[in-house]
Amino acid sequence: MQSLDPSPQIHALGLTGLLVRFSDHLTDAANRAAIAFRAAVEAEAWPGVEETSSSLAATYLRFDPLRLSHQDLTAKLRALLAQADWYAAPAPSGRRLWRIPTVYGGAHGPQLAEAAGLAGQSEAEAVATLSRARMRVLTLGFAPGQPYLGELPEQWNIPRQNSVTPQVPAGALVVAVRQFVLFANPSPTGWRHIGQTAFRCFRAECADPFTLRAGDEVEFCAVTPAEFANLQADSRSNGGASVEPLA
Amino acid sequence: MTALLVLSAGAGVTVQDQGRPGHIGLGLSCGGAADRLALAEGAALLRQSPDLAALEMAGFGGSFTATGPLRIALTGAPMRATLDGAPLAWNASHALPSGARLEIGGAQSGVYGYLSVGGGFATETFLGARATHLAVGIGRGLAAGDRLPIGADTGDVVGLGLAVADRFNGGRVRVIASLQTALFPEAEIARFQATPFHRDARANRQGVRLLPDGDGFGLASGQSILSEIITPGDIQIPGDGAPFVLLPEAQTTGGYPRIGTVLPADLPLVAQCPAGGALRFAFVTLEEAMALHRTYQTATAQLSRHCAPLLRDPRDMPDLLSYQLISGMITGTEDA
Repeated sequence: MQSLDPSPQIHALGLTGLLVRFSDHLTDAANRAAIAFRAAVEAEAWPGVEETSSSLAATYLRFDPLRLSHQDLTAKLRALLAQADWYAAPAPSGRRLWRIPTVYGGAHGPQLAEAAGLAGQSEAEAVATLSRARMRVLTLGFAPGQPYLGELPEQWNIPRQNSVTPQVPAGALVVAVRQFVLFANPSPTGWRHIGQTAFRCFRAECADPFTLRAGDEVEFCAVTPAEFANLQADSRSNGGASVEPLA
Repeated sequence: MTALLVLSAGAGVTVQDQGRPGHIGLGLSCGGAADRLALAEGAALLRQSPDLAALEMAGFGGSFTATGPLRIALTGAPMRATLDGAPLAWNASHALPSGARLEIGGAQSGVYGYLSVGGGFATETFLGARATHLAVGIGRGLAAGDRLPIGADTGDVVGLGLAVADRFNGGRVRVIASLQTALFPEAEIARFQATPFHRDARANRQGVRLLPDGDGFGLASGQSILSEIITPGDIQIPGDGAPFVLLPEAQTTGGYPRIGTVLPADLPLVAQCPAGGALRFAFVTLEEAMALHRTYQTATAQLSRHCAPLLRDPRDMPDLLSYQLISGMITGTEDA
């Protein structure tokens, strides 16, 4: 059982930032609250607020404290927080469903067996669970366009590794704590590498280089290594991914 | 269009401006000049907008020539600079005649030197900015053969100098409490402020690692913190207890506890601290921080008021170190 969400807390983040934290751990309700509250702050367009974003369970505002004082901005945020039950906010509109072909296990996902073992599943059961899970983009962060996706069933609440894998390739799918990360760039990671996609989260050559948005849903459909090789060779598609609007 | 030709360049010469804010929610950090004050100083010396792009030179400059007459300004970490062999004053603006050879050597102190040009560099923009973001692969370091277009220059003043306080050899850094400061015991916060740190060799545009004299500052509970937005100046404490101060190209989120955040006014001093340089931290209250911030922002906006004509054309000066150009300032270009 998850504990009830606490009330949101406002913290300073540097001299030019405030953070509205909806929870100190990830919950679905806190994540939806963070995304919805960010949209509400954007709609307010307060002079002096220069940028907003949402992370796993918080909304961040960067502002010019010489135009808008910490005290005044905090008061505005408290008033806006009081206007709604943000934890009950629906997922954002304009969301999309992505299907991203993924090859699980083997050389493309060398830690699948280990991760499946921690989740109490065989490799085949793990692939069935992971490839059918409808995951939601909780936030983009760390690297451009890089999604954190949740949440897998409770049995996949597996810990991070004690040591760090020196490098996984771009497009690597890694798992820990009921979440996936789909790496934008070659990267070290403390999460377990269970699959590989040819999907690019950030495409500098495109007019909109950021492929995914917070709130989008993603299925990481299983393909064979041979199908994956064909997708890798096809430069016209983004790793064979398909996309459709969600109602 | 006039262009600057790169004849040779050090390993970390990039086009930089104020970066591309507004994409932190998409995972892209702002980037831009590591020392924003140096960018503002270059703009003030050329009497132009600080939003124009300049060259940032990490540790070493390069050799350059222009296809037409240019105005240039040299700011940030002082570097040995010559124009067709004659020494050029640092923290000053100069005329660069068409075809003349500008040589900029290694940093004498500090890390990042800046070459600003009248009209600014007019390289292609990406998401509204020209800044190279090495960490995510937007743009790249410059190399011999590169040709950088330059925008129309509406000014004509050269030969100005600017007195600049030394921020190139470490010093005292003011910080404010941040998200996880309260997780650190009071005794550790006191020890953090009493401890001298030395800048490690590991440093780039993403951040600088600092080695404490004595024990590190690691927290036992560090692994369980929810990953959260990073802002430049955040001081992360990874497992080994040696702080990382994060700079403009840092990742957008981080899960290590943050003991505090460096004030924007003191961030240039951290970015410019050379390897081995000594830094100390001092916490200030929000009220004190705001007063310092207001002073810093006002001073930065009024830099051009303090640009004054160099007393002599530096090209006529055989030994610049014997001249004190402006009260309190000696420009750092020695005779070879």
